[in-house]
Amino acid sequence: MNVPKPSALADLRPDLAAIAGTIPDGSRVLDIGCGQGTLLAALAAHKRVDARGLEIDPARVATCVSRGLSVVQGDAERDLTHYPDDAFDYAILGQTIQMVDRPAQVIDELLRVGRAAFVSFPNFAHWRMRVALGLGGRMPVTPALPEAWHATGNIRNLTVVDFRELVADRGAHIGRCWYFAKGREIGEFGANLRAEFALFLVERG
Amino acid sequence: MQDPATALTLPDPLPLDSGAELSPVTIAYQQYGALSPGRDNVVLICHALTGDQYVASPHPGTGKPGWWDRMVGPGRPIDTNRFHVICTNVIGGCMGSTGPASESGDGKPYGPRFPVVTIHDMARGIARLLDALGIERLHAVVGGSMGGMQAMAFASDFPDRVERVLVLASAARQSAQNIAFHEVGRQAIMADANWNGGDYYGGAHPDAGLAVARMAAHITYLSEAGLTEKFGRQLQARPDGSEGTKSFGFEADFQVESYLRYQGSGFTRRFDANSYLYITRAIDYFDLAEKHGGRLADAFANTTARFCVVSFDTDWLYTTAESQHLVRALNAAGAPVSFVELSSPFGHDGFLLETPGLDEVVQGFVG
Repeated sequence: MNVPKPSALADLRPDLAAIAGTIPDGSRVLDIGCGQGTLLAALAAHKRVDARGLEIDPARVATCVSRGLSVVQGDAERDLTHYPDDAFDYAILGQTIQMVDRPAQVIDELLRVGRAAFVSFPNFAHWRMRVALGLGGRMPVTPALPEAWHATGNIRNLTVVDFRELVADRGAHIGRCWYFAKGREIGEFGANLRAEFALFLVERG
Repeated sequence: MQDPATALTLPDPLPLDSGAELSPVTIAYQQYGALSPGRDNVVLICHALTGDQYVASPHPGTGKPGWWDRMVGPGRPIDTNRFHVICTNVIGGCMGSTGPASESGDGKPYGPRFPVVTIHDMARGIARLLDALGIERLHAVVGGSMGGMQAMAFASDFPDRVERVLVLASAARQSAQNIAFHEVGRQAIMADANWNGGDYYGGAHPDAGLAVARMAAHITYLSEAGLTEKFGRQLQARPDGSEGTKSFGFEADFQVESYLRYQGSGFTRRFDANSYLYITRAIDYFDLAEKHGGRLADAFANTTARFCVVSFDTDWLYTTAESQHLVRALNAAGAPVSFVELSSPFGHDGFLLETPGLDEVVQGFVG
């Protein structure tokens, strides 16, 4: 059986590396939509984190368990309610907020079970999107959002500005933010136009 | 007389949940793989209702391979090259552990005088056996169905004695529907005139009743889709080899009937009817939250073990919803827990058979 080895922190995708770089050693972490446990395995191996995961796909859960991770098969919207308050130092929701029915309630839940939350998403205000919709007159299909409107799971398209607004609405605040384009971190200047992806550390208000 | 290498008589009486005591108590068990010098590589496997200690070696009565041969052995997911596997026959059973067919103090079999035992009593018996074997702490306890109940009870009652708990196709409480099925089986046994109030060891055994109990239970271990795929409405060939036809009578016309009759009669050759009554009763009484004011999370309050819970999508006996109920309690208790629902056409029996992802999860979790 091939069990993937934990990645070195430097080898992680840039948004995951940013999360791993921010989380202090020994934290309690819940990764929601943890996939095959890439981030959790790296956190457990290199930062002695108490790493837990929630993942909807049973095959990915099986892979996580085979890596020695504690991962529960479940759904961000339905199953977070069953975790106690303050169970984690950090809740992580990677590239999922744009796929849920009730994003505002999910933010509330993240900040209930976690003292802080990392949330990342594709930025729908990236210039390619604006060109595709504004000039092309079609829903954008880009490297960041590669599926057509009728096939995509992204049902809640949002922008950097929209997310900041939602966080303020929920009485929380942004602790830190990171922006990414072409697989690299970029600066904050003009982020709502330039960033393909954004990552926020959200803290309780 | 039990082989001393495969059965041990506990030095002290075993106190039971009912308030009674059982004495003497013999626990039959099988061991596979070498015990490490530090005695820290022990994997305890708990069997289901009609299972036994022969998890990875042939059953001495039937000669069939161990009931979890595909999972336990050298190079298997529970690797006996690394782990010292112990599998015990439950108290109340009929494969060498003290049960209703055992001799009581007066030299006659207990029969109906055998005390009702519980899943917690079984776990206590296992703990006493481990004491006698000089094993303080388990690397893992693993069980499916009733075996999962024993694993949970052991982890809850002896929280500092186990590091990993793997629960397959089980539940933290027996459901009303499952109690109902058990009651059908018990009534079938007790309706057999040979049962004789449980005193039958000198004469004919209530085989007809036990066979019906097994047939009814066997249906609950499968799934509608599985039965349809395996048998459909196909007719059973006649004993002379000619093609099956409807008898316009009550022969086993359908293959599924023939299969169930075969399962029923085969079962009576290896299982004691009174053990069936006592063990189903133990399962029915199981509700792990009961001792904790109904709060299941509190049953795991003191545990430091990691848990892994596995359900099977076509299992309608111990459903995914029951597994999720357990997982939520473990989460609420802060215990490290994994949970996965695997896809299998085999219903409750999915944990015993080849199910995609199962070996990977078991091997990965047990470590």
